[in-house]
Amino acid sequence: MRIYRAILPAMALIALPAMARESLPADPLQSPMWDYHGAKIFGDDKVVFDDRVKVILPVIAEDQHVVPVTVDARALEGVQRIVVFADLNPIPVAIDYRPLHAAPFVATRIKLDQRTPVRAAVQLADGTWHVAGGWIDAAGGGCSAPPVSRVRGDWADHLGEMRGAGWADSSGTRLRFGFRHPMDTGLVENIPAYNIETLQISDADGEELAAMTIYGSVAEDPAFTLEVEGKGGPVSIAARDTGGLEFSGRIAPASGSNPKP
Amino acid sequence: MIASRRHMIAATLAGGTLLPAIARGEIFASGYHPQASLIADGVWLVRGADEAIDFTNGGAIANAVLIATDTGTVLIDPGPSLAYGKALAALSRNVTGMDVARVYITHLHPDHSFGAGAFDPAIVHALPATRHDLESEGSGFSDAMYRMLADWMAGTHVAIPQGDVAPGEATFGGRSFEIYAMDGHSNGDLVILDKATGTLIGGDLLFHDRAPATPHADIARWLTALDRLEGIAHKLLVPGHGPPDSDGTSIAQTRDWLTWLHDSLHDAVLTGKDMTEAGAMAIPTRFADLKVARYELQRSVSHYYPKLEAQLLPRID
Ligand SMILES: [Zn+2]
Repeated sequence: MRIYRAILPAMALIALPAMARESLPADPLQSPMWDYHGAKIFGDDKVVFDDRVKVILPVIAEDQHVVPVTVDARALEGVQRIVVFADLNPIPVAIDYRPLHAAPFVATRIKLDQRTPVRAAVQLADGTWHVAGGWIDAAGGGCSAPPVSRVRGDWADHLGEMRGAGWADSSGTRLRFGFRHPMDTGLVENIPAYNIETLQISDADGEELAAMTIYGSVAEDPAFTLEVEGKGGPVSIAARDTGGLEFSGRIAPASGSNPKP
Repeated sequence: MIASRRHMIAATLAGGTLLPAIARGEIFASGYHPQASLIADGVWLVRGADEAIDFTNGGAIANAVLIATDTGTVLIDPGPSLAYGKALAALSRNVTGMDVARVYITHLHPDHSFGAGAFDPAIVHALPATRHDLESEGSGFSDAMYRMLADWMAGTHVAIPQGDVAPGEATFGGRSFEIYAMDGHSNGDLVILDKATGTLIGGDLLFHDRAPATPHADIARWLTALDRLEGIAHKLLVPGHGPPDSDGTSIAQTRDWLTWLHDSLHDAVLTGKDMTEAGAMAIPTRFADLKVARYELQRSVSHYYPKLEAQLLPRID
């Protein structure tokens, strides 16, 4: 139930009454939507603001269709989930990441529809959410403008093509990979929502290393940086979109041409 | 249109950390006060702030040039807004004693081009590529400028220049110019040499003590244009942003930054950095005097990184 609450986009949640709770702390970012999202995402769980969760944003959202966000919670032990959300986006939650055998570190790119707080909520094994984030200024149209490949008309020609590489060192393997996908939000006239919605990373023995639920506010041609345990064999990447299409790829641990950063 | 933009501006500023309304009112009420300084016989430079476009500078960040001729002033780059264009028109009467009789727009960017509405469209000229790109991108720029600059933009609309400038010699009011059509910073970068004084006006092909901006740049073509600029005999270089120089510093600096940027972004992709890590990379100390270096680096990461990944990372499916 907790997972179900957290992963629903707010569009669908507007009809639900906010749950009564007492323990949501005052928002240092003074967002008009903090109480609303807090109730939806955290339910009755304990929530604390925590500087050990690093949410790294650029000084300017130069392209509101492709705004990089990096979350580094490696200073915390026992991270179960990382939820990235933008309070004032029409689709607030971007990703819900579960680093099963992976470092609590994730980078991706999201669309922004206006100036908004962008946050990471990191849930530890005891159920507590550790939250951090910042305001970022953005021009309009990130979620409500059509993707470039829709405008160009060639989105279907390259759908699901994957690129990526791995960089191994003593602590594990950094994976960087991306898909060609329009990631339609459903907010553009005559284009229904169509996005990659699940992602699984597995090792050579088929053991799941990490999993992610992905929403339409992730940028077109979604790209991810993760750090998984192990450096021996190839890593498998499997994704599925809301149309039921499945995409898969394989990354060798040292396929990056230079040392891990 | 303007009213709806204003509503959006008000909404985006609510709850934010930007300037309080009173401070914004004071900044705006003081208006534009462009200053002209004589840099060669009959040539005045109007310096822009070496900053990012921001409410505190009204978008007046690009350099403009006034050149006196027998039939009136030649103005190169009328600035970011209608009000700034009008302020330059008044400044022209002060320093040359004549009205602006011809306007050149060096390239499409709004900090250089949006003041054109202050002048008769018949006297506003640019390269064909600049006209073409302003027709397609001007309204998008306009939305962004209104959002950032609000009241500073009052009455400003996208004034499309005549796209009739061709390379070669041009004489106006008894003064002779050599016109060059280049590209690299954008699809059309106009370069003007004032022959009498050897003043070479490079537009945004040249940045000086201020990091280059790359939203429409093709770095390889830009480097080619810098080589061409170096080959043109001149006494003084006027960059699009930053102070003038007479020893080629702006050419060397722009080339150095672009070469470093290109190599560093390639390296960042190949060593597995994500976009925010690339935007946080160390900037060499030789660029310490370049203003807004971190800001422009992060903008450039946004302009180039996804394309570089598509080019440099292998297929894995
Ligand atoms: Zn420019």
